[in-house]
Amino acid sequence: MRRLLFSVLLALSAAPVAAETIAITGATLHTAGPQGTIRNGTLLIENGRIRAVGPAVAVPAGARRIDARGKVVTPGLFDSLSTLGVVEVGAVEGTRDARVQDDRVTAAFSVADALNPRSILIPVNRIEGLTRAVVAPDPGKSLIAGQGAIITLIGTLGGPGDFLVRSPAAMFAVLGEQGSHLAGGSRAAALLRLKEAFQDALDYAAHRSAFDAGDRRSYALSRLDLEALLPVVRGQLPLVVAVDRASDIETVLRFAKEWKLKLILSGVTEGWKVAGQIAAARVPVLVNPMEDRPDNFDSLGSTLENAARLHKAGVTLAFATGDAHNARNLKQAAGNAVANGLPWDAALEAITATPARIWGIADHYGTLEPGKDADVVIWDGDPLELTTFADAVFIRGKEMPMKSRQTELRDRYKDLGGPLPPAYRKP
Amino acid sequence: MTANLRSLAFGALAALLSLAPAGCASAAPPLPASPPPAKAAAAPPPPAPEPAAPAPAARKPVDIPYPSTYEPLPSQPVVITNATILTAAGERIARGSVLLRDGKVAAVGASVEAPAGAVAVDGTGKWVTPGIIDPHSHLGVYAAPGVQANEDGNEATNPNTAEVWAEHSVWPQDPQFPLALAGGVTTMQILPGSANLFGGRSVTVKNVPARDVYGMKFPGAPYGLKMACGENPKRVYGSKGRSPATRMGNVAGYRAAWMKAREYMEKWDRYEAKKKAGKDADEPARDLQLETLAGVLRGEILVQNHCYRADEMLTMIDVAKEFGYKVTAFHHAVEAYKIADVLAANGICADMWADWWGFKMEAFDGIRENIALVEKAGACAIVHSDSADGIQRLNQEAAKAMAAGNRMGMHLKEEDAIRWLTINPARSIGIDKQTGTLEPGKMADVVLWSGNPFSVYSHAEKVYIDGALLYDRNDPARQPEMDFELGLRDAKEVE
Repeated sequence: MRRLLFSVLLALSAAPVAAETIAITGATLHTAGPQGTIRNGTLLIENGRIRAVGPAVAVPAGARRIDARGKVVTPGLFDSLSTLGVVEVGAVEGTRDARVQDDRVTAAFSVADALNPRSILIPVNRIEGLTRAVVAPDPGKSLIAGQGAIITLIGTLGGPGDFLVRSPAAMFAVLGEQGSHLAGGSRAAALLRLKEAFQDALDYAAHRSAFDAGDRRSYALSRLDLEALLPVVRGQLPLVVAVDRASDIETVLRFAKEWKLKLILSGVTEGWKVAGQIAAARVPVLVNPMEDRPDNFDSLGSTLENAARLHKAGVTLAFATGDAHNARNLKQAAGNAVANGLPWDAALEAITATPARIWGIADHYGTLEPGKDADVVIWDGDPLELTTFADAVFIRGKEMPMKSRQTELRDRYKDLGGPLPPAYRKP
Repeated sequence: MTANLRSLAFGALAALLSLAPAGCASAAPPLPASPPPAKAAAAPPPPAPEPAAPAPAARKPVDIPYPSTYEPLPSQPVVITNATILTAAGERIARGSVLLRDGKVAAVGASVEAPAGAVAVDGTGKWVTPGIIDPHSHLGVYAAPGVQANEDGNEATNPNTAEVWAEHSVWPQDPQFPLALAGGVTTMQILPGSANLFGGRSVTVKNVPARDVYGMKFPGAPYGLKMACGENPKRVYGSKGRSPATRMGNVAGYRAAWMKAREYMEKWDRYEAKKKAGKDADEPARDLQLETLAGVLRGEILVQNHCYRADEMLTMIDVAKEFGYKVTAFHHAVEAYKIADVLAANGICADMWADWWGFKMEAFDGIRENIALVEKAGACAIVHSDSADGIQRLNQEAAKAMAAGNRMGMHLKEEDAIRWLTINPARSIGIDKQTGTLEPGKMADVVLWSGNPFSVYSHAEKVYIDGALLYDRNDPARQPEMDFELGLRDAKEVE
C-alpha cells in the first residue's frame, strides 16, 4: 500500500521533460480519440503536452514546425506486457530480472526494483514507435508472479519520474496448464492456492498485531507477500491472470466475481469461445493476435481471428507481445489482427487508447487530445504496415534520438572494407 | 520473435528456455529424455527404390534408402490472368498471366495461351509468386501440441549424431503443416536441432498431407547435414562434463570427425576400386554416422551449418577447406552482415531472420538490415523461420527486411525480396533446378496472394503444389485438416 501511494505521488509529480513548442503540420492524424482521423491536420506540442489537434490549429510564433505532409501521426504505442528493462540477453542469467526462483518471494516481488532505464533494448524499441509498456514479472516457483510496472521508453532522457510511470501497476498470476504445474499438478490445486493466499491476506490484515506478536496461525505466504496482496484482494489493484483454455477463463471469471477482483486476463487464446461471458463481466483482455497454433492442450482453439471475435463480442481488447527485444513488433501483431477481421481503428486503439484505459493512465496518455502527454510518432506510412517505419518519436514532448546499438552496428558495417578495422569506426 | 502469450506472464524468454525448446535457436535444447518406448512401424515399407536394386553386398556408403514416394496430387490446367507476377527470376510482370499444366509451369508472360478447359482464375488486384520455401523448419519433429511426447528434434545424447535422420522423427500429422501451407509454404527443409556438432540428416519435403514422411519427401532433393556452432553444443555437453565445453572444443570435435570420415571414405573407395578391377576385396563394415559425413565429402550431402557469429562462420569456412567440403548455408547467420563479402566470394548462402536478436549472447548483434546487407554484397540471402510461427509469415519477415534495407538507402523491390523466399532457399537445399521460380518447366509450386505479398494485410489465397490446388482460403474443402484436429471442430467455429 505504501508503495502504491508512493508511485501515485511519483506519477503526479512527474514534470513534462520538454518545454519546446513543436507544430507537426500537414499529416494524417489518427487520434485514437473522439476526433477520429484528421486529414491534413496540425498537432501542437507545448510544455511536453499536446496543446491542440485539428484541421486548423494556430501555430504560435517561435514554434518549431515539422512538415509532415504525406506522413501519418499516432499516439506512441503501448505494449501491454513486456520484460523491457528487466532483461538484456535472454540466455544470460545475470541480465534477467523478471523472475525469481525463490518460493519465499511471490506477491511482494516488484519488477520496479530491478528496472534498468539504461537497457539497450529501450532505444531499439523506441525508435520504432513504442513509447510505453507494462513490465510484467514471470512466475518463478509461485503462481503469483509479483507486481508489474508501467514505464515510458524515455529511458534516462527525461526528468525524474518520466521513466517509471506507475508501480505497482498490477499483480500478475498464472493459472491453466502452467498454474497447475506450479501448484503441484492440478488446476484445481492452483485455484485453491490462490484462495488460500487471499484468505490469508484478509486474515492477516485483520490481525496484524496478533501476527506480529506471534499469536496467529501460520500463513501460506510471507508477511511481505500478504501485504502486497491486500490491494488485490480489496479490488484496488488489478490482478492479471494468464490463462488460455476456455474453461479456465470461465473459472477465473467466477473466482474474480466471487472475490470482487479487478481482473485483467492475458493470453486468452481460446477467449473467443467465451467472449460473451468476458464482455458481460467487463473484464479486459491482453492478447497477442498472432497466436494461432494448438501448441498445448490449453490452446486447441487458438485462431488468428481471436482478436476480431473478441472485439465483435464487445470485449475490451489490448495487444501485448510478452517480449522485450522485439516488443517493437507490436504493430505487426496489430496489422495481423486487421488482416484477420479486426477493424483498423480498433487495432490502433488496442495499442494506444484501450490499454491506457485498462491500465488507468488514460488521463494523460493514449490519444492525441489536448492535455495529454505528447507521446507522438510520425510514421512514413500506415503504422500497422510492415514496410512503415517511424520518422520521429516524441515522449512527453521530447524528440527522441533515432539511434540505438543496432543503428550503430549497421553504420559500422554497412560498407565493408576501409583502411582500418571496423573497431575504429565509431558513431 | 513472436512471444508465447499462452503463458504471457511467463515471457518469451522463459518459453524459449524451458517451455518450448523447439527450434535450434532455443537457448536450451532439451535434455536427453529417457529412451523412447519402442515404436511400432509408422507406415508400410516403401517400395524398392529401383527395379534393378543392387544386391546388398554392392551397397555403397551413400546409397539412399527410404526413397520418396511422393506423387503430385491430381490437378487440372489452371490459368491465372491479370495478376502482378513475381517470377523470382528477376522479373515483375504487371497484369500478367501464368499457365499451370501437368504439374508444371507451362507459360508465364503478359499473356499466355490457355488450353480449352483450363480453370480460369481472375488475378485482378492479386499477386502471383513461386511457393515459399523454408530452408529451416522443425515441423513434424517438434510437432504441436508441444508436449514432451512430441519432442523428436534433438538427439542430444552425443555431440556427433550424424547417423540420425530427421525424417525418422517427422510426424506427418503435425497440425502445423497446414498452418504453414496457409502462409504459402510449399516446400521446407526439416532439420534436426542444434544440440550437437553434427545433428544428423535433414529432409526436404513438399508441404502435402501424406501417410508418412516419404509421401512428402521432395523427389531428388539432396540430404543436408545439420551442423551447429557456438553456444548450444558447448553448453549441452559442457554441462555434462563432456567435450565440447568450449568453442575450441567444438572445432576439435568437427576436425576429429572429418578425419575419421575421410579415412572411411577412402576405405570404401579402395574397396570399390578393387572390386571394379575384378580383384578380391572384403566389404568394409558400414557405419551410419560416417556414411553421412562421407556423403558430405563426396559432395552428395549439403552442409547446413547453424552459426550465428561472424568469426565462427569464418572458422567454419576454414574447417571446410581443411577437409575439402563446402558449407552450403549458414543458418541463423545473425552476424552475416559483418562478413557478407566473404560469403559472396565463397558462394555460401546465409539463412537469416528479419529481426530476431538478443535472446542469447551469440544473437546480441542482430540488426534489421542483416538480410539487405547480405543482398547488397551480392551473396545468397535467405529468410528462414526456425519457428512454427515464423513459417506462417515468411512473406512478412521478408517485407520487414526489405523495408529496413530501403530505409538505409537501398532500392530493394518486391522482385528482389521474393528471391529470399523462393529461389535462394531452393538453391541452398539443392532443388533450384526443379522449383523456386516461375519459369516454364519448373514445378508448378505457386501462390496466389490476395494483394502485395509484402503487405501485412495480404493472405495466400490459393496455394498450388505441382499444379494441384492444395489450399484455398475461400474453400474449406481445400483446407487440409490433420487427424489431431478432428473432434476439435467446435473449437474452431464460433460457439
